[in-house]
Amino acid sequence: MIAVRNIECSAGSFRLKDIAFEIPSGSYGVLMGKTGCGKTTLLEAICGLRGVRSGSIFLDERDVTRLKAADRGVGYVPQDLALFPTLRVRDHLAFALRIRRMHRALMDRRVDELADLLGIRHLLDRRPSGLSGGEAQRVALGRALSASPTVLCLDEPLSALDDDTRAEMAEFLKRVQQQTGVTVLHVTHSKVEAVRLADRILVLDAGKIR
Amino acid sequence: MNSEGQARTVRHAAPSDAPFIISLCVLSGVYVFLIVGMLIADAAYTSTRDFRAIFASPEIRYALKLSLVSCSLTTILSLWIAVPIGYLLSRFEFPGRAFLDAVLDIPIVLPPLVIGLSLLIFFQTPIGRAIEGVVPITYAIPSVILAQFMVACAFAVRTLRTTFDQIDPRREQVALTLGCSRGQAFWMITFPEARRGILTAGTLAWARALGEFGPILIFSGATRMRTEVLPTTVFLEMSIGNVERAVAVSLLMVAAAVIVLIVVRVFGSEQDLFRGL
Repeated sequence: MIAVRNIECSAGSFRLKDIAFEIPSGSYGVLMGKTGCGKTTLLEAICGLRGVRSGSIFLDERDVTRLKAADRGVGYVPQDLALFPTLRVRDHLAFALRIRRMHRALMDRRVDELADLLGIRHLLDRRPSGLSGGEAQRVALGRALSASPTVLCLDEPLSALDDDTRAEMAEFLKRVQQQTGVTVLHVTHSKVEAVRLADRILVLDAGKIR
Repeated sequence: MNSEGQARTVRHAAPSDAPFIISLCVLSGVYVFLIVGMLIADAAYTSTRDFRAIFASPEIRYALKLSLVSCSLTTILSLWIAVPIGYLLSRFEFPGRAFLDAVLDIPIVLPPLVIGLSLLIFFQTPIGRAIEGVVPITYAIPSVILAQFMVACAFAVRTLRTTFDQIDPRREQVALTLGCSRGQAFWMITFPEARRGILTAGTLAWARALGEFGPILIFSGATRMRTEVLPTTVFLEMSIGNVERAVAVSLLMVAAAVIVLIVVRVFGSEQDLFRGL
């Protein structure tokens, strides 16, 4: 569950105030709004990458408002994916597990499991520079899901893809969400995407959630 | 068709690009000609006998050894300091950041002799004397390294600041959401990505240190077999009218700098140089 309760946060001179909404556990929430309305700011606040001045954020009944990003257990896929150029795909999938000092055998098993789920087993030894848009998207998703987060935040994940790949990836995202049971908050400005994916649609307009 | 108010196609022939391209080539060519001409003139002025003479001289062999060792230590020290400062300035907003930024430019804009003089005066202060009480610095080998470091590090800081500015901080943010501390995100993601910038900063620091003369002359002196580095040798040989040997030593420095640049270019282009970092 993602519960945002009357938070106030800002990015430069831009400010969001009294934002409140809830996405039930295991649901696919889509946050819509025009460019520059604060969708990414809100997503960053939930991930712990941007401080909030007031209000609180609950993830699975846990108040994470003052927790660091590392302690929130949120999977995050930014708009530009931000893959790590010096690491292979395998290292992306193992990254969060290595940080958690997971046993090598368990880590390898988890990487294989994720690679199968995402259909990227053949890419495991490649580096990000050689990946197509759809492949890179899957790797970013795998990296975010590797530590089995209960919440996944996706910032316009399909915006850079061509129409065919976008439709395929949208279906794929929904399937992965249903298989993993993760609660998703997906930011987009596409109504088509929202209707196709969302269990719940939130619209951020003039600093308010509708 | 040609009624008033209707848009007309205005025929236009763009002027030739030739004058612009020729100007670029001529202006670039003048500078490149001066650089290459200078080096060719140096080479033509010396003979193998001069080179044999400089390698036979124990003083110059000592200066060469001290130059290579001090430049390498200066490079290590410069990177050790410049990496954190460059990262700090690139990633954090804090009070006094603009002041710190300006202070770090001082060694770049100060005349080299002034840096040497200022170091000399600093080591006459109570703090300086206390340091000298532990490690003798002025007119000793550490003063050579410190004088080189003061200038070389400033250039390394500038290079690394630009390097970190060009690395997208979003990757570090993703690493934070994956469970990293800021330190882990730096070492695991940003540092390996900055490897080329670090290599460039190191090269620049090494080259600056090799050519440093003014601060060393004032702060370390020009004592043979003690604080003499290659630029000091050039100065000493010139001062006794031995121009051929001075030119031969200069060419030695050019060769050392060229070798370092080639090595860096070769290794810098290796994609997997720091794989696994």
